[in-house]
Amino acid sequence: MIWNDEAECMAADDKKELQLKRLQEVVKRAYENVSYYKKAFDEAGVSPEDINSLKDIEKLPFTSKTDLREAYPFGMFAVSPDDIVEVHTTSGTTGKPTVSGYTQNDLDLWSEVMARSLTMAGGDRTDRIQNCYGYGLFTGGLGIHYGAQKIGATVIPISAGNTMRQIEIMQDFGSTILTCTPSYAMYLAEVLEEQGVGPEKLNLKAGVFGAEMWTEEMRDEIEKRLNLSALNIYGLTEIIGPGVAQECYKKDGLHIFDDHFYPEIIDPESLKTVPDGGKGELVLTTLTREGMPVIRFRTRDITTLRPGKCECGRTHVKMDRITGRSDDMLKIRGVIVFPSQIERALLKIEGLHPQYQIIVSRPHQLDELEVQVEASPVLFSDEVKHVEGVKRNIEEHIHDEIGLRVNVSLVEPQSLPRSEGKAVRVIDKRNL
Amino acid sequence: MKLKQISVFLENRKGRLQKALEVLGNANVNIRTLSIADTSEFGILRMIVPDVDQVQSILEEHNFVVKVNDVIAVGVPDEPGGLEMILGILNKADINVEYLYAFAEKKVEQAIVVLRTENIDAGIKALKEGGATVLSPEEVYEL
Repeated sequence: MIWNDEAECMAADDKKELQLKRLQEVVKRAYENVSYYKKAFDEAGVSPEDINSLKDIEKLPFTSKTDLREAYPFGMFAVSPDDIVEVHTTSGTTGKPTVSGYTQNDLDLWSEVMARSLTMAGGDRTDRIQNCYGYGLFTGGLGIHYGAQKIGATVIPISAGNTMRQIEIMQDFGSTILTCTPSYAMYLAEVLEEQGVGPEKLNLKAGVFGAEMWTEEMRDEIEKRLNLSALNIYGLTEIIGPGVAQECYKKDGLHIFDDHFYPEIIDPESLKTVPDGGKGELVLTTLTREGMPVIRFRTRDITTLRPGKCECGRTHVKMDRITGRSDDMLKIRGVIVFPSQIERALLKIEGLHPQYQIIVSRPHQLDELEVQVEASPVLFSDEVKHVEGVKRNIEEHIHDEIGLRVNVSLVEPQSLPRSEGKAVRVIDKRNL
Repeated sequence: MKLKQISVFLENRKGRLQKALEVLGNANVNIRTLSIADTSEFGILRMIVPDVDQVQSILEEHNFVVKVNDVIAVGVPDEPGGLEMILGILNKADINVEYLYAFAEKKVEQAIVVLRTENIDAGIKALKEGGATVLSPEEVYEL
């Protein structure tokens, strides 16, 4: 099912025309109403009149997370604060949070793109959506909530945490769609198994998982353990929240709602635009936001764009699953390593629970990578040589994936931190 | 004549062994004998207990990773050369010992050796043929 045929299946030329018109409008609005953009555009020697084609977007300066943070709290708003009806913020784990302000029209837009997402995941008015994203300043909870209401589904606003209650409600209410982070879905699967609740006792058909990076192997594992179709959702608070892009049943990339969010790929080092099909950092421009237009926002997420018509009928450009972040990319002895690569290696080993933590240190002027993995009954034996063999096997799998020698340590089950939001996977002790 | 042994994975850091033993103490488990194999990163606590199933479920409830497997218990005279004789029998039969540990039982002037060979059945057969006293689980628990 497609929520909005006209928008989602628009012909390429019509789309480009619409995008250009909206781009010109948003650039003008930003320039005239936000002092930050006026200054930035003036410094770059570019004015709204210079945008005559979509390609001209490349003349505009980028907006970084730091820029948004410096405008804390309301400096990026393009409307009077009285016209803002809701605010959200990022978690602020790396400093002051960034604030996103929404007018009523922005909330309508958010509901629209989330309605498209949930419909793409197979949701409709007959569904019961158990929404375990956190409600509050975090955009996850309310974003899903608005979309669920828009499609007329029953939303269960249970929010994050309290796993036993999640499981009870899931069974008693017969939840059909689960929305949470993929690591929480894995954790739920683990607890369900411990409680002896098999997938046959649940009514789940789909999961809309996002807010952190995950892998195809993790998808297989979640689908197998929860017996549902696990789909990827993408979004950022700075842009709107969840609902920037969503995977369809083809599970081959996420459709970006590009009539509202204009995507580009750049090389994070040269900052040059990368042609379609090339890998690089995703840059997004909000085409229709009123409260807080964001021009050329550097997401730091590494992906690839693939335009064209999908078998599902949509013409929204597709982006690949995020494979890394240009800022959580680790450089170990000069080699680029993404935590997702380590996860992929771990998931190839039968019987291993992909609960892990990466510890980077530099004890003697040389980077060392330690991967802590939880021991499981399948990996354990009464013989030291067997356990050491298991450890070496994991080390070899990781070596195959990243090309570096690492030290694997087995730790006791349940000893690594479980997160009900974003999992903390990397501890960098190098103080670089 | 196989004896069940339960092994527990322990991280090599302070308090982990004590934690495992505390769990067993609270459950009133009497450990007949134990040994620890340690490396710089982890340890394996191996134990002989009367009720293996009960101990397994208690430990698993407390999130320990455990493994139950077969070992051989042999009674040897508690005197010099007692253990050497047992190893001689296995050596002659070309059977490798993965590990062993022993405890002395004063009541019967006997030492009990717990042995792990790669193939338990072959180990038992060789020991019996060599004239060693392979003990039944009941005999071990009753000591």
